[in-house]
Amino acid sequence: MIGPVMIGPSSSHTAGACRLGLVAHHLLGEAPRRAVIGLHASFAKTGRGHGTHLALVAGLLGFLPDDPRLPQAFLEAEAAGLKVEFRDVDLGDVHPNTAHIDLHGETEQVTVQGSSTGGGVIAVTQVQGLGVNFSGSNPTVLLRYTDAVGMIARIATTIAADGVNIAALTCTREMRGGQALLATELDAPLSPQALAFFNHWPDTNWVRLLPKLMDG
Amino acid sequence: MTLEELMNAPAPASGWVLAQDCAETGLDPREIRTEMARRIGEMRASIERGLKTEVKSITGMVGWNAKGLWDAPDVLGAPLLRRVQAYAMAVNEENARMGRIVAAPTAGSAGTIPGALIGVADHLGLSDERLVDPMILAAGVGKAISKRMFISGAAGGCQAEIGSSAAMAAAAVTELLGGPPRACVHAASLALMNTIGLVCDPVGGYVEVPCVSRNAFFAVHAVSAAQLALAQLESFIPPDEVVTAMAQVGRLMPAELRETAEGGLAQTPTGLAVTARMEGRQEAEGAQGMIELPMA
Repeated sequence: MIGPVMIGPSSSHTAGACRLGLVAHHLLGEAPRRAVIGLHASFAKTGRGHGTHLALVAGLLGFLPDDPRLPQAFLEAEAAGLKVEFRDVDLGDVHPNTAHIDLHGETEQVTVQGSSTGGGVIAVTQVQGLGVNFSGSNPTVLLRYTDAVGMIARIATTIAADGVNIAALTCTREMRGGQALLATELDAPLSPQALAFFNHWPDTNWVRLLPKLMDG
Repeated sequence: MTLEELMNAPAPASGWVLAQDCAETGLDPREIRTEMARRIGEMRASIERGLKTEVKSITGMVGWNAKGLWDAPDVLGAPLLRRVQAYAMAVNEENARMGRIVAAPTAGSAGTIPGALIGVADHLGLSDERLVDPMILAAGVGKAISKRMFISGAAGGCQAEIGSSAAMAAAAVTELLGGPPRACVHAASLALMNTIGLVCDPVGGYVEVPCVSRNAFFAVHAVSAAQLALAQLESFIPPDEVVTAMAQVGRLMPAELRETAEGGLAQTPTGLAVTARMEGRQEAEGAQGMIELPMA
């Protein structure tokens, strides 16, 4: 309620937008090269006056909402070799402040959809095309794997063995035996060993640890 | 946590909020206080920058108001009033020019709490250290309000944003001046009760007009509420009921008056001219809805 410390002018259209960009930045896991950002409803209509475009690009570059470089994010992107394209999109029955980010690096690619719900708070609703629900207020582990018996149990056991408590968990799959995505919000970050262990399993396709992006 | 619970908590009210925060986050009270002190430092820095500059905002509608007032003679013989107003506008003008501020609870209402609390403290010569606990109380009051109401202009009109910030500031100023929990919560309730109905009609959709001057007005509003509560005046309607009433008024408010720039000041001939001018500028900067950045 007192915070975040941020570059103005709008907690929902600037700080929240930056955090959505940050989620994509962390999930890509390498230097971003090209982004296509779809802006829905209020983000598309009043975003420009609130610096939403700049804030999203700042987030993609890994800048925090209080980074003084935020107003020059387009120039920073150019210098960093990141090419960004904005589109007005209709994402259907979602929050008015929603963005869909398609981010590419040299080898990696990630899609993130999320909403800025007020006061700089965000809700990530889709990653790699699969439904999730997390806010970035806790460290969050994301795993994409081939749907199989016992995967959630193995993941939960590994997290428990690391001494970390699970705060919340969502898991969705495209179809039985297809690609599944699990997002767990944690009370503490996971060790590199635990992350490496996930990557060791043949069914695992993709693992990311998103650091805590905000308080509360 | 409700305002009723906060009102009946042992003094000081901030101590109870801090205990709740510690339980929820698992953090040590010292860590929470240190972080809050850092944020107070950020608020003060934004005030100092805002009082010194006349650099215009993105649209050019604001940018010189805080310095203008700060440099003007104190014709009313009311230095506290002028200080509170100037501090509040300094923060919101920093916000409007994409400067660094602390959302409290939102960016559009970010000037009210520093204006009222730091303004009163500076007037009385109190150190920033004394502001940490009152600021923790402000956050607690905001949290209690947000349990019953969405704190955004889009959801509840300006009353939800500036009303919340004024209520938070009123409670904080009351505690700073030694008020017990009951007085702090009644100050918040009085501030909120007298903000009900305020619409969000920003010119061009920008957080500039009337937002900048509104923060000056509501920082003073918060100080007024604290003054009444410290004299043991109370809100006749219980605090939580006031929040519920405000939430209901927000729901009854037409969408045109909830941050869409489709009503009120935004639709005046002057407001529409600003919108048209800014749209023209955006189209000149790039194809509508599309910005192409060249490869580096």
